[in-house]
Amino acid sequence: MSVRANYANYRGPVRDRVENFHGNQLVYVMWERHLLFCAPLTFLADPAMTFDAFLAEVLTPALAPHPESEALDFAEAQWRLDGEAFTPRGDASLADNGIGHKSQLRLITPRLSDLADAAI
Amino acid sequence: MNAKTSKRLNMKERYRIMTRDLGWEPSYQRYEDIFPQEGFEGIKITDWDQWEDPFRLTMDNYWKFQAEKERKLYAIFDAVSQNNGQMKISDPRYLNAVKLFITAVTPLEYNAYKGYARVGRQFGGVGARIACQMQSIDELRHTQTQIHAMSHYNKYFGGMHDFPHMFDRVWYLSVPKSFFEDASTAGPFEFLTAISFSFEYVLTNLLFLPFMSGAAYNGDMNTVTFGFSAQSDEARHMTLGLEIIKFILEQHEDNVPIVQQWLDKWLWRGYRLLSIVGMMMDYMLPNKVMSWAEAWTMYYEEAGGALFKELERYGIRPPKYADQTVIGKDHVSHQAWFIFYQYGHATAFNTWVPTAQEMDWLSEKYPDTFDRLYRPRFELLAEKAARGERFYNDALPQLCQVCQIPLAITEPDDDTLLSHRDTVHDGERYHFCSDGCRDIFHHEPEKYVQAWLPVHQILQGNCGGADMEKVIGDYYRIEMGEDNLDFEGSAEQRRWAAWKQAV
Ligand SMILES: [Fe+2]
Ligand SMILES: [Fe+2]
Ligand SMILES: [Zn+2]
Repeated sequence: MSVRANYANYRGPVRDRVENFHGNQLVYVMWERHLLFCAPLTFLADPAMTFDAFLAEVLTPALAPHPESEALDFAEAQWRLDGEAFTPRGDASLADNGIGHKSQLRLITPRLSDLADAAI
Repeated sequence: MNAKTSKRLNMKERYRIMTRDLGWEPSYQRYEDIFPQEGFEGIKITDWDQWEDPFRLTMDNYWKFQAEKERKLYAIFDAVSQNNGQMKISDPRYLNAVKLFITAVTPLEYNAYKGYARVGRQFGGVGARIACQMQSIDELRHTQTQIHAMSHYNKYFGGMHDFPHMFDRVWYLSVPKSFFEDASTAGPFEFLTAISFSFEYVLTNLLFLPFMSGAAYNGDMNTVTFGFSAQSDEARHMTLGLEIIKFILEQHEDNVPIVQQWLDKWLWRGYRLLSIVGMMMDYMLPNKVMSWAEAWTMYYEEAGGALFKELERYGIRPPKYADQTVIGKDHVSHQAWFIFYQYGHATAFNTWVPTAQEMDWLSEKYPDTFDRLYRPRFELLAEKAARGERFYNDALPQLCQVCQIPLAITEPDDDTLLSHRDTVHDGERYHFCSDGCRDIFHHEPEKYVQAWLPVHQILQGNCGGADMEKVIGDYYRIEMGEDNLDFEGSAEQRRWAAWKQAV
């Protein structure tokens, strides 16, 4: 469908084009069924950054407030990228891993503690 | 005129002269040029004379009634301030509901004033124009009287000092702001369907009643009095809401699918917006009125159900995804409060873990969800806070492109999984909280690609840089440690204790 406007061919600016992020891009991460974080998180990242660096420098500090963060082992985790099963290559860049601007990653971990009972 | 006609007009004639007779048939300009917005939405009006004036009120009488209401209202405001009304409230935590109201709701009244002034200019029918004109002035009056009602509290409590500035900038206030701007940038018929019908007619009892009864239960005389003063205006607004829908539907059968799509959209948008009212009722009122789930059952499922039954004869069905609102009623207030709690460093009010007693009330009101899902979370947060690690989430949340709420609401059929939808439009990916928001986007993508999402704006560097303290303090004007953070240990709590000791 298309907007009904008062004149033909109405278009507006795409406000979150990657160009507006000064060389960076957005990446969202949802740690599935870990609802201490009320929502998936939004990160600014350099597309040339390796996946491992993204985990170590960006994601790990953000997840630190969670009591399960100490038991969290990324090697044991499963990932989904934009709705598809995904096996990241740690030494490849985000871009080379196919993680585009405004991609959403899902982190799925095995049961790590009793907090899982209430999906915390 | 017949010379024998008495000089005094009877009510009916007077009404006709003061309303319908104010219009005229244009002779040298085209109708489409005078009312350029009347046609583009696809709504077909065959006869504006079929419009039933919902107010039956002429302008001169309107001024008289309103002036009388104002006199009474301001007499009470004066009395409240002379008697230190701020000390009569139940608990200082209550004021946080007032802070939410003045920052999130009062600016909507002002936007309603602007919106009705605009659409009132755009209709060919005089009856509709007059109704919009009066409502426009009402809404301006609501803005002013709310500001006056709350200005007394502003002298004693934080968070209210910069509400119009905050409305335009603060992340959670983009939710009501974008809601209303969506309506204001639509055509005049969609605006009335959105605001007069879906919002004022269907959902108003879920916005104003909770705030006004909340005020009554918690000793806030100013807000109660404002509420009474606005009540007769609202009754008129509701009548207009119902009239506009019936009128459009009766005018032409081609209007039915257009209106149906608007009803689907605006029920969903209104429902999402009201999550903040739900959390206010369940978490922010020290003396509770009723639970959000009870209010939704009574005012939406029962009253709304009857209304949509009545509209069936026009070919209208209940709004799409209404079933999801019924599932959601046991979750949204908790999930919303949880958002504000963890981003409580970026709110212009205090947040807190509910007391043991309050948690018991929540268990009783939400037997299927609270103890299983939400109590354990609050208990963990309380433990963390007791250890001096009060949880503030320093990472930014992912927002819905349409309602702009963090994706904090769970799937209708899986309450431990966050609900998320996405789509690619013109090579760009967009994310949504629900099927409802995704459908709204798909219907008018050119509109929503422009959304000013607060999180993305911060990360583009448009809100004063990358330092969140600066964004919160300088860009939002939320004063750190004064307006925000946990109620426990807050400036508000300290001041209240000192005042109580002084009396
Ligand atoms: Fe109003
Ligand atoms: Fe109103
Ligand atoms: Zn949404």
